[in-house]
Amino acid sequence: MYRYDDFDARFVQARVAEFRDQVERRLSGSLTEEEFRPLRLMNGLYLQLHAYMLRVAIPYGTLSATQMRKLAEIAERWDRGYGHFTTRQNIQFNWPKLRDVPDILDALASVEMHAIQTSGNCIRNTTSDPLAGVAPGEIEDPRVTCELIRQWSSLHPEFTFLGRKFKIAVSASEEDRAAVATHDIGLYIVRSAAGEIGYRVLVGGGQGRTPMLARELRAFLPKADLLPYLEAALRVYNLHGRRDNKFKARIKILVHEIGIGEYRRQVEDEFARLDRAAIAAPEAEIARIAAYFAPAALPERAAEDAGFQRALRADPSFAAWVAQNTHDHRLPGYRAVTVSLKPIGGVPGDATSEQMRVLADLAEWHSASELRVTHEQNIVLPNVALADLPKVFRGLAGIGLDAPNRGLVTDIIACPGLDYCALATARSIPVAQAISRRFADPRRQAEIGPLAIKISGCINACGHHHVGHIGILGIDKAGVESYQITLGGHAGADASLGERTGPGFAYDEVPGVIETLVERYLALRASRRETFLQTYRRVGMEPFKEALYEPAH
Amino acid sequence: MSLLIDRDGSITDRWTRVEDDAALPAGPAIVDLARLASVDHAPLGVHLPNSAEPAELAGDFARIALISVAFPSFSDGRGFSIGRRLRDLGFAGRLRAAGPVIADQFAYLLECGFDEVEIPDALAGRQPAAQWQAALARADHAYQRGRGGARASILDARSGADG
Repeated sequence: MYRYDDFDARFVQARVAEFRDQVERRLSGSLTEEEFRPLRLMNGLYLQLHAYMLRVAIPYGTLSATQMRKLAEIAERWDRGYGHFTTRQNIQFNWPKLRDVPDILDALASVEMHAIQTSGNCIRNTTSDPLAGVAPGEIEDPRVTCELIRQWSSLHPEFTFLGRKFKIAVSASEEDRAAVATHDIGLYIVRSAAGEIGYRVLVGGGQGRTPMLARELRAFLPKADLLPYLEAALRVYNLHGRRDNKFKARIKILVHEIGIGEYRRQVEDEFARLDRAAIAAPEAEIARIAAYFAPAALPERAAEDAGFQRALRADPSFAAWVAQNTHDHRLPGYRAVTVSLKPIGGVPGDATSEQMRVLADLAEWHSASELRVTHEQNIVLPNVALADLPKVFRGLAGIGLDAPNRGLVTDIIACPGLDYCALATARSIPVAQAISRRFADPRRQAEIGPLAIKISGCINACGHHHVGHIGILGIDKAGVESYQITLGGHAGADASLGERTGPGFAYDEVPGVIETLVERYLALRASRRETFLQTYRRVGMEPFKEALYEPAH
Repeated sequence: MSLLIDRDGSITDRWTRVEDDAALPAGPAIVDLARLASVDHAPLGVHLPNSAEPAELAGDFARIALISVAFPSFSDGRGFSIGRRLRDLGFAGRLRAAGPVIADQFAYLLECGFDEVEIPDALAGRQPAAQWQAALARADHAYQRGRGGARASILDARSGADG
C-alpha cells in the first residue's frame, strides 16, 4: 500500500488547518452559507436533506486495517455508529456536526486519509479494480497509475474549477471490474505489439441523465506520457466544455457534440504543444510509488489445503459462500474474498462500527492487513489463505456479513435516495430492501444466477441503473414516486446501456415487477448456464415487455 | 476603484480600460478583442472573454504588452487554461486575471501563468490585499510539475532529495 511521506502528510495537514479556519469563520457568521459552500465542497462536505454529509476519499478503494479501524472510530464518536460505502469506492458519514468536521479530518489525517476533492467540479477520487494486485493475469498493478493520478490531480492549479465533476478509472485486467467505460476518462493498462506497457485511453463515458459509454481516444499511450496527455485532454475540456447548463457540462457532451475525431485532433494538438518532459513524473517518482505496491510478502502455500477441503464437505453454507464470494488469486493456496455488505433486507453498503472493526481484525489476521472497497458497495479481503477461509467465514457470520450473494439478485447497488439525498426524487434503499427480502432464499438466488440490479433515486444515476442488468430509476411523477425499469445494461468489458421497458411502476409494485422479469428469464433461458444478460441479449426486449405489460397473454 | 494585486501586494494600475469605441488615452490602454485588429497604439493591452480562442492572438503577441483574461465568476475556471495556453503559445507579456476570483485561487492563477489579479470593488472591500498575501503565504507545495509560480513542486523536491 502507498504510505505518505512528509510532503503528503504536510499537504493534508495544511488542508485540515485551512478548513478548520473556514469552519470557524462560518460558525462566527463572517462567512455566509453561500460563500462557505464551495469551500466545504472542496473538502467533501455536503449539506443533505437532514444534516451535513461527509464523503471521505478511499483512494482507488484500498484501505489498511488501521484505516478501517479509524473509520469505525469516527462513525462511533462523531456519527451514529455506521458508515455508508459508495459506488465510488468511498465512505460517507451521514450525520456529522459541522463543528466536529475539522476534528474528523484530523483523525483521518492521522491515518493518512482525507476528504479532498470528493465533491465539487474537480477531478474526483480515481477508481480501480478491487482485485488490483491480486487478480491472476493482470499486466501490472493499476494502483501505481491511480496514485500518480491522485497526486497530480490534487489541488491542480488549472483543473480545480472545471465545468463539472471529472472521474477517472484505471484497470489492468482483461475482465473489467472497474466499469471503465462509464468514466470521463478510462484507462486500460495494455501491452503493445512490441511488448511495451502503456495505456488505451477512453473518453466521454458517464451516466446521469444522458448516459454514454466512453469512446477510444488513443489506442496506445506510452506510460511516460500519461500526465502530459491528461493535461492536454483536461485543458481541451476546460476550455470548450459547456458552461451554460450543468446537465450538459460533462465531457461526454463535448465529445458527443464536436465528435470524437475533432476532440482527438484538439487533444493531440495540445499534447504536441505542451512541454511533456516538464510535466511528466520523473521515472524515479514512478519507481518510488511502484515500490509501495510491490506484492505483499505472503507465506508460500500449497495449492490445496486439507482442512479447507474438510470444511467444504462438512458445511454446505460455507461451500456455497466460497463458490460465490471468493475469487482466484495470483498465488496458489490463496483466494480474494468478497464480503457482501448486502445482507438480506439490509441497507446496501452500510457497515456499523463493530462490523468495520471485525473486518479490520480479519484483514490484519488473514489478509496482509489490507481491504478494498468495490464499486458494487462490498468489501474485499484480497489475500486470504485457503486454510484461513473457514475462520474468516465464521468471523463474518458473527457480524451478519456472510451472505453468499456476490453478483446475485440480492447484491443490489442503491444510491442513498430520498432518505438522505437532497437531489433524490424517490426512495431507493427501501426498494432494495424489499427486493432483497423477496429473493431471500439462497437456493433460489443460486438458481437465478448472476444478476445485477442497480437502483437510482433520481436521474443523476448515482445507483448506476443504466448499467444494471435490471436498472431501476425512481422519479417523481406529479408528487408520486414512479419507477422506470431498464434492461440489458452492463458495466464489464463488454459494457452496454440498458433500454427502458415502458411506463413506470408504483413503489409497491417494484418487487413484483422484478419477480415477473426473473420468472420470464427462467422460462426463456436456453440452459442453466445462460445468464439473465445473455438471455436478454439473445431474445431482446419484447418477451420481457410482454411479461410486464400484457399479463393476460 | 478596483483592486490590482500581484505577488508582492497591491499595485497601482497604470492601464486604462477603453470601452467599445471610446477614444484611446495617451498611456497604456486595454481594448476589447474586437477592436484589436484596428488599433495602432502602445503600450497596448487586450481584454479577452473566456470564450475566446487564445491561439487567435498569437500573431499579435509582438505588439501586445498585456492580456487581461475575463473571469466572470470564481467558479468558471476556463481562464486558468487560457492563461496556461497563452504561455505555451509563447506570450511573454503581462497576464492579468480580471473578475471576482477569490484569494484561495491566487496561487493557482500564478501557476497558470498570470502575473496579476484585478478584482472588482465589492469583492476588494471584503478581501483586501492582505488576505491575498496571506493566502499566498499559506500555499506550500503542489503535486504538479512544469509550472512556475507560487508553490514548489513536491515531485521535484522528492527527486532533489533522492539525488
